[in-house]
Amino acid sequence: MATMAQTDTENAGRVRRQSFRLPLAVISYLQAIPLTLILGFFLLLPIIMIAVVSFWDYDFAQMYPDFLTMNYAETLGSWVTWKTYLNTLKYAVLVWAITLVIGFWVAYFLAFHIRTTSMQMVLFLICTVPFLTSNIIRMISWIPVLGRNGLINSALVNSGVISEPVEWLLYSDFAVVLAMVHLYTLFMVTPIFNTLMRIDKSLVEAARDAGASSWQVLSNVIIPLAKPGMAIGTIFVVTLVMADFSTVQVMSGGQSASVALMMKNQMSLLQYPAAAANAVVLLVLVLLMVAGILRIVDIRKEL
Amino acid sequence: MYREKRSREFYLLAIFFAVFVLFLYGPLSAILILSFQGPNGGLTFPLNGVSLRWFANLFETQAVGDFGGSFRRSAMLGIMVMLVTVVVSLLAGLAFRRKFIGATALFYLAVASLVVPSIIVSLGIGVLFSQLGLQPAWYSSAFGAHLTWTLPFGVLIMFAVFNRFSPAYEEAARDLGASSWQTFSNVVLPMIAPSLIGVGLFGFTLSYDEFARTLMTAGSFNTLPLEIYGMTTNVTTPVLYALGTVTTIFSFLVIAGTLGLIVHLNRRRQRS
Repeated sequence: MATMAQTDTENAGRVRRQSFRLPLAVISYLQAIPLTLILGFFLLLPIIMIAVVSFWDYDFAQMYPDFLTMNYAETLGSWVTWKTYLNTLKYAVLVWAITLVIGFWVAYFLAFHIRTTSMQMVLFLICTVPFLTSNIIRMISWIPVLGRNGLINSALVNSGVISEPVEWLLYSDFAVVLAMVHLYTLFMVTPIFNTLMRIDKSLVEAARDAGASSWQVLSNVIIPLAKPGMAIGTIFVVTLVMADFSTVQVMSGGQSASVALMMKNQMSLLQYPAAAANAVVLLVLVLLMVAGILRIVDIRKEL
Repeated sequence: MYREKRSREFYLLAIFFAVFVLFLYGPLSAILILSFQGPNGGLTFPLNGVSLRWFANLFETQAVGDFGGSFRRSAMLGIMVMLVTVVVSLLAGLAFRRKFIGATALFYLAVASLVVPSIIVSLGIGVLFSQLGLQPAWYSSAFGAHLTWTLPFGVLIMFAVFNRFSPAYEEAARDLGASSWQTFSNVVLPMIAPSLIGVGLFGFTLSYDEFARTLMTAGSFNTLPLEIYGMTTNVTTPVLYALGTVTTIFSFLVIAGTLGLIVHLNRRRQRS
């Protein structure tokens, strides 16, 4: 509490003399300590641990401290790994493209076609609420819809469009991508909506006065200004898809693999060093992707 | 563009938006309806009668494992994560208002916490605890694992809030003779209270629904999402849907209560 009490002493050098005060810099450090400690112990240290363990030896029961590159050689030397990485990247690209299109149009509709702020907020909340409920429940909720005797198949069979139920709706790549789009679209909507709301409406009017068509306004004014939001949404969606194992496992019915699912299987076989080597490779890949995106957008400015 | 008649673009986009909302809520309502499946009904439509049998089933321990216990653990963990997230994010948000050495590094550490795949966090904390000789448990290792997911959200929200926060109010309060603590508790805190409640809502719901980060860190007792995930592979009756309905309604109640509180606070502030 002592730190909080001193928080607002910084502005304009108005520090008074009547009572003892901690120097401003010290206050900042005190306020930053809890976050630093928590992230240090539960994020940095575990990642360092993974990097260390990825060089260890192991058998069916235990890990042995060592310095072996065997885990990496096994991971990177296996064509299964490469296929799994390609498959995960395929999901990432598909889900990214679909959520980007849906996310942009939903955000554009909310920001430019809804006239009152309260209505905007209500519609935005309607989009947000499902994302605050359980991912697993939302995933399995597709089963009665897509399954062999599910809603879509019965509707199609009963209306005579098809004679046999379609098999590829559930337990397929289609189901995986559909469920991921369902789970992750909001992460695209929110940042794009945020940037669109900050576009000065007079820019749009100026473009119109200068004779631009709606399409030209969209492609020359709005979309370029929405790029930072799209970049942040991309970071969210790509990292979530790259890390996903439960959607792939449940919705593909065990027929497809992702990198994280491969890791999870190694973990359930207690092959921690192998999983750790995989984790390091995946982490490097994800961080490179994020670093690439951060080159085109400064997150601190967009908040 | 604004006060004109609605364009064709508006109607097309309105239909698109409606389809999107249907896409979001449609499958959830399928689960809701099917959880009232009759005693002989299966996992898909049609409904074979209507009953509350599967809800009753939830409370028989042999049918679904430990539903009550895992729900209590998840709710408790959610509350712990919520409280810590609110306090720590607020402090970090205040710290970031000034420049200090390491601020950029700390900011990017928070961003990293958001983008590091959750299963890696889970594996790392699991291995770390076993190497330190600590017993993983939902209130220690899973608690920390959840914080790595909720704190970056909280910090980014507070960062955005203070970006838009004018120091003029604090200066005015100080000119009127308020102490630092009075300025904070009577001026700053009421103004950012709705955002803090929002951070709390994020903290609770993200933790309550978190699954991947709990996988390796929960220790010997399951949280609710782990329990549900286990059920997806071995339960073949609508009791799964009943559980889904109950937890979703619980989430809806939490969200509605929080939003109600935020609206109430905003109204009261506008009146005064």
